Amino acid sequence: MSLALDKPRSPRRPAARRGNGELYSWLFMRLSGLLLVILVLGHLFIMNILDGGIHRINFGFVAGRWASPFWQFWDLAMLWLAQIHGGNGVRTIINDYARKDATRFWLKMLLYVSMVLIIALGTFVIFTFDPNISN
Amino acid sequence: MTSAGAPERSGTTRGGGTLYRGDLGMWSWVAHRITGVLTFFFLFTHVLDTALVRVSPNAYDAVIETYKNPIVNLFEVGLVGAVLYHALNGIRVMLVDFWEKGAKYQRPMLWVVLGVWIAVMIPGAYFMLVRTISELVGGH
Repeated sequence: MSLALDKPRSPRRPAARRGNGELYSWLFMRLSGLLLVILVLGHLFIMNILDGGIHRINFGFVAGRWASPFWQFWDLAMLWLAQIHGGNGVRTIINDYARKDATRFWLKMLLYVSMVLIIALGTFVIFTFDPNISN
Repeated sequence: MTSAGAPERSGTTRGGGTLYRGDLGMWSWVAHRITGVLTFFFLFTHVLDTALVRVSPNAYDAVIETYKNPIVNLFEVGLVGAVLYHALNGIRVMLVDFWEKGAKYQRPMLWVVLGVWIAVMIPGAYFMLVRTISELVGGH
């Protein structure tokens, strides 16, 4: 049973009901973060440190890696997770620091457009990569 | 963190629900935000430069050549350092959130984060810079 007591300190009208979006966002940051620790640190170790690091990277190196579905999937998962994880982080920062509603709105629109653009472009490149493309 | 009242914080030095404000925990959070934003901006550039493999091998190789420049090489070390801090501190944040003793050990865990960071960055920076330095000094 519930007691119908007034909440003396609460404003007259309750705050607008919101969904559980921020909870899922919070949880997503932790779950994706855990996966990204492996995906990104693995990527950085292979690309930047192992075997000469960045000096050995060229078109042929990329072609060799993306010949394997394993690395294609690795990069695809990393692209989506990092972009959504990072975008969600920047969204939080915009919400924290933007002072005007209009600024907040347009910064977030800019963010969402760039996220969609980067995810779409990266996904397109991974799926349509052609090792025999002409110079 | 959740308590809004300043009065109950007065007089407490540590562990009185002041995980994030004005102490080492706050600076770890500030650094987490800065490294995260920097990494996100780099990711934007990085997807664009990698997309050049879809244009032509020459276009891709020409842009990747700029990453082998000595100055950009230093930015590379900075990027790896930023991502590594963000990853290690992210694990610490997850332990604070999900491990029953996480909040109690947040401060020693930050020292572990910084210790691991230094232990990884010393050999990491060596392997990233060795070729550039030997070319600058040896000139071959």
